[in-house]
Amino acid sequence: MTAHNHHWRKAKNGLMQSLTCVCAVLVILPLLLVFFQLVARGASSLNWAFFTQLPKPAGEAGGGMANAIAGTFVLMLLASTLGVPVGVLGGVFLSEYSHRHLNWWIRFGADVINGVPSITWGMVVYALMVLPMKGFSLLAGAVVLGLMMIPLIMRTTEEVLQLVPTGYREAALALGIAQWRVISQIVLRTALKGIITGVMLALARVGGETAPLLFTAFGNAYWTHRLTEPVAALPLQIFNYAISPYDDWHRQAWAGALVLILLVSSINVCVRVLTRDRFAKRGS
Amino acid sequence: MDALLPSTMPNATAESKPAPPAVPAVSARGLSIFFGNKAVLKNVTIDIAARAVTAIIGPSGCGKSTFLRSINRMHELNPDARMEGEIRLFGDNIYSRDVEPVVVRRRVGMVFQKSNPFPTMSIAENVTVGLRLNGLRDKKLLTERTEQSLRMAALWDEVKDRLHAPAISLSGGQQQRLCIARALAVQPEVLLMDEPASALDPLATQKIEDLIIELKKDYTIVIVTHNMQQAARSSDFTAFFYLGDLVEFGATTRIFTNPTQKRTEDYVTGRFG
Repeated sequence: MTAHNHHWRKAKNGLMQSLTCVCAVLVILPLLLVFFQLVARGASSLNWAFFTQLPKPAGEAGGGMANAIAGTFVLMLLASTLGVPVGVLGGVFLSEYSHRHLNWWIRFGADVINGVPSITWGMVVYALMVLPMKGFSLLAGAVVLGLMMIPLIMRTTEEVLQLVPTGYREAALALGIAQWRVISQIVLRTALKGIITGVMLALARVGGETAPLLFTAFGNAYWTHRLTEPVAALPLQIFNYAISPYDDWHRQAWAGALVLILLVSSINVCVRVLTRDRFAKRGS
Repeated sequence: MDALLPSTMPNATAESKPAPPAVPAVSARGLSIFFGNKAVLKNVTIDIAARAVTAIIGPSGCGKSTFLRSINRMHELNPDARMEGEIRLFGDNIYSRDVEPVVVRRRVGMVFQKSNPFPTMSIAENVTVGLRLNGLRDKKLLTERTEQSLRMAALWDEVKDRLHAPAISLSGGQQQRLCIARALAVQPEVLLMDEPASALDPLATQKIEDLIIELKKDYTIVIVTHNMQQAARSSDFTAFFYLGDLVEFGATTRIFTNPTQKRTEDYVTGRFG
């Protein structure tokens, strides 16, 4: 190998390395831009009242989004009680029980559903729940978000379960452990981190949904006391304030967006800390 | 199911050992196994003696692993698998319609080529997992069984001070002995080993071989190996498989010094395979 050749190879290597690095940075750049923008525009409107007070009528200064923050929190919680068990168990079925034709159809269905625009979901639940129940409701909002979570969680669960080496399943089965225990105690536990990541991604995704909530949760200027009442949610409130003509509401919309991002990331951090792998090496 | 279970509880450390039973530990009659349309085992008939080491040798793809896995019905994990003939475990037909694979696997333990301790569990938890997930809650018994199994697997002295450390912190050879301890903890009658030392260095291999010879006092061991020396050193009987047929079966010394079949001789002398 000639020296020239060697230098050229090194140069190519360096070039490609820089290129991949630039692309990696490009990925996080929008995130940083969004975050800085939100902090710059929204942080000044964040105060105690924002977290504790109801929205003030148009024209009056002050007020907060306490009901929308609580509403989003409750919507995500209720949606998870529908989306997480159904999604995870569906993923377990796809990964652990071989049922070729049925699995093909379920996977195909889940992928198609993942591509359905969220506003369509809103209309479906509007027709199936809001109309028969004669009113917008917290329940309908939770159902629409929960339904949207199912295919997302199902597919990520299936994928991370497939990454669990077959050797663990075989070792457990060879000990005479029943299959459902092998799945629940060995396979799911090994894949727990990945499943949680999938759930977090799904939560973050539906936590920011606005369109389906327009038809279901609708929004509310006051506190919600029943599952059958309309409920405020951060994305709805942000949307309503952002399209309003008032500067004060615009500022509050920025603050609401900042809170939404912080809420999703703090749930993410909390769940990760609580479910930390006890053997995880520090720094990994 | 209960009818099969009592015999899973021989006291491995009993002072007075009962005389070896006259029935073979494993007895296959006309055993054929197909994956789809492909016959992987063809009409195999063999009697495997209790409390002895039987080595299964043969070139890759000869059906030896499939034979091993048919003894605890692990080959059924392949949905295309189909079997003919029968296998009896100390006289019980393990493919009888009313026998669950789970029960067979409690009586026939298995150690795999690649050591596979559960990464989410500590050393002690790995040893007792088979007992715990089968419903055993008695803490004292679990502790006892942990020590007993680790001692039998010649691992106790190396891990007794860190039983709660993650299993994956052990070396490769230690992990494999942990897997043996895990299989022994449920007190099986037969222990199947699928090339248990092929991924280990010579020293770790030596330890596993010593262990196999030690374990045959209490267990029936069937070991698949690619290593002729290993088969010659540690087994009492050797079965040579070729292309799904059981070509020759007999005392290890005879198979290696005076085989009756040309193919066996060619294989054990290293002329092919």
